[in-house]
Amino acid sequence: MRTFLAALAALGLATLPAVSATLDERLAPCRACHGEKGQSDNPLVPSLGAQPKDFLLVQLYIFRENMRKVELMNEMTKGLTDDELRAMSESLAKLPAPMPVPEAIDPARMERAKTLVAQNHCNFCHAPTFAGQDQIPRLAAQREDYLLKSLREYKSGARPGYEPAMASVVQPMKDEDFVELAYYLARVK
Amino acid sequence: MTLQFVSGRSLLLAGTLAALMACPAAAQQPPAPGAAPLPPGSPLIGRPSTEGAMKLAPVPPPPIPTSADKLPVTKLKLPPGFKLELYAAGVDNARTLRQGDKGTIFVSSRLKDKIHAIVEKDGKREVKVLVSGLYRPNGIVMHNGTLYIAELSQVSKIDKVEDKLDGSAKPTVIYSDLPKDEAHGWKFLTVGPDNKLYFQVGAPCNICMPSDAHAQIRRINLDGSGAEVVARGIRQIVGMDWHPVSKQLYFTENSRDWLSEDVPNDKLNRLANPGKDNFGFPYCHQGNLTDQEFGWGRSCDEFTKPIALMGPHSAVLGMRFYTGSAFPAKYRNAIFIARHGSWNRSQKIGGDVVVVYLNPDGTFKSMEPFLTGFIENNNYVGRPADVLFTKDGAMLVSDDFNGAVYRVTYDRTRTASH
Repeated sequence: MRTFLAALAALGLATLPAVSATLDERLAPCRACHGEKGQSDNPLVPSLGAQPKDFLLVQLYIFRENMRKVELMNEMTKGLTDDELRAMSESLAKLPAPMPVPEAIDPARMERAKTLVAQNHCNFCHAPTFAGQDQIPRLAAQREDYLLKSLREYKSGARPGYEPAMASVVQPMKDEDFVELAYYLARVK
Repeated sequence: MTLQFVSGRSLLLAGTLAALMACPAAAQQPPAPGAAPLPPGSPLIGRPSTEGAMKLAPVPPPPIPTSADKLPVTKLKLPPGFKLELYAAGVDNARTLRQGDKGTIFVSSRLKDKIHAIVEKDGKREVKVLVSGLYRPNGIVMHNGTLYIAELSQVSKIDKVEDKLDGSAKPTVIYSDLPKDEAHGWKFLTVGPDNKLYFQVGAPCNICMPSDAHAQIRRINLDGSGAEVVARGIRQIVGMDWHPVSKQLYFTENSRDWLSEDVPNDKLNRLANPGKDNFGFPYCHQGNLTDQEFGWGRSCDEFTKPIALMGPHSAVLGMRFYTGSAFPAKYRNAIFIARHGSWNRSQKIGGDVVVVYLNPDGTFKSMEPFLTGFIENNNYVGRPADVLFTKDGAMLVSDDFNGAVYRVTYDRTRTASH
């Protein structure tokens, strides 16, 4: 965590005098935290690779409007125009998809999660491959800690979402279900 | 995250702002999603592949309103003699429509934090932000110069609202004894002939056993006192209006998802016995179908029946009785209902405004389409959310997908050319 913050701070200072920064330069801090190649190595920071551009646009928008409150992201998007948000989301969506967790996989846990997926129709909105679609995010190979945090926040109301659909989906689910789903989705191929 | 770090980022963003704005590629709109349409007459039309059927998902509107030149105005169809034009673009997530005594149009929002006011001055129409910082402020209603606002978990008011269109409007909370659930937490608000505010508390789920505080219609006095439950067993309502003759409350109700492509239907209900009627959720859907989980041991005959079935998953929302005289006489006392359109169904239905004609006793007589064309190749080009009849004899229709309001007028001389 400390390393990437330091790297970012250095990057920010180094770029300050430049007046004519390109979109690519603007996206540098995004990629620094979220992963140069679409895969985040930072705890609780989501991978953005191959996320649907419409989903990224919605998130950037609700960060800018303070409708989703994450102080750093609210600050990063402050004052950006609609077109700037569009350009950023289109560019970030082109990052390669993250790789699933490579470590030994517990088949029993994967099977339990598949049952939860079927019961809760996760693979309908998020697509059978969990690649997401339109404004619905890719879940395949997302960071396990971030998936778990998001599910818990939807349940507690800490993360209302742009469209309240997820609040309804997680309403009947238990915390142990979230643990299994996050395990599965981080490893699904 | 350190504060120093945050301010460093802001400076960087500020420094690169000008550069990005100068980039022409950045200004392009993303292309509309969706595969190439099938040739006309193809047997595959309306028969999605398994994977296609697996793609059912709520359809959230784009976060940024559609620009005026990209709105589907020319795609929308009406009966002969009626005409549709753009009334206002750039009205973020436009939902409930209301009109003030001085003519101001108020537009609520479900996903955004704002209520807009549309004013006409010296022949120029202007969209203003009336108030922002609200939370899912879907329900609004005008009464004696006051705008009442129902957010997710509170009801507030702005007195003399039409004198406060300059940004000085501040809502005063009058009622907040409400659950805070996100699911079906947004509300529809209306004022009854008894001068009380009526709104629903939806079920906090797709299907579940609701608490005593959920799945009901409540009414409160205009000062927020005297709350009482007038109906139970409702899942979610996003449209209500009062019959011009009987003064009974009619309301649209959205039924559960994931039971089947074709059932249950959404409903049009009538509250004939305030305080007594139970509309069946979660035991009975569409008046004749017991729930596969909660319905065992129950019968639909225990509950108040809908007066009309409005299509499976069609998402019936805003509705108003027509009491004016600018439209043909057959529409008098009929109900215009915006069907937002389905998501929990492979072949989309709804995405239109329909007219429901009633018998003199207030029961259902017939239904016909009125405004159509919001679905193109099984994709939405817009989604109607509410209708409003204005003092000048027109009908406004809100489109929360595009963040726009359309205006429909009737001129019988236009029918000559058809």
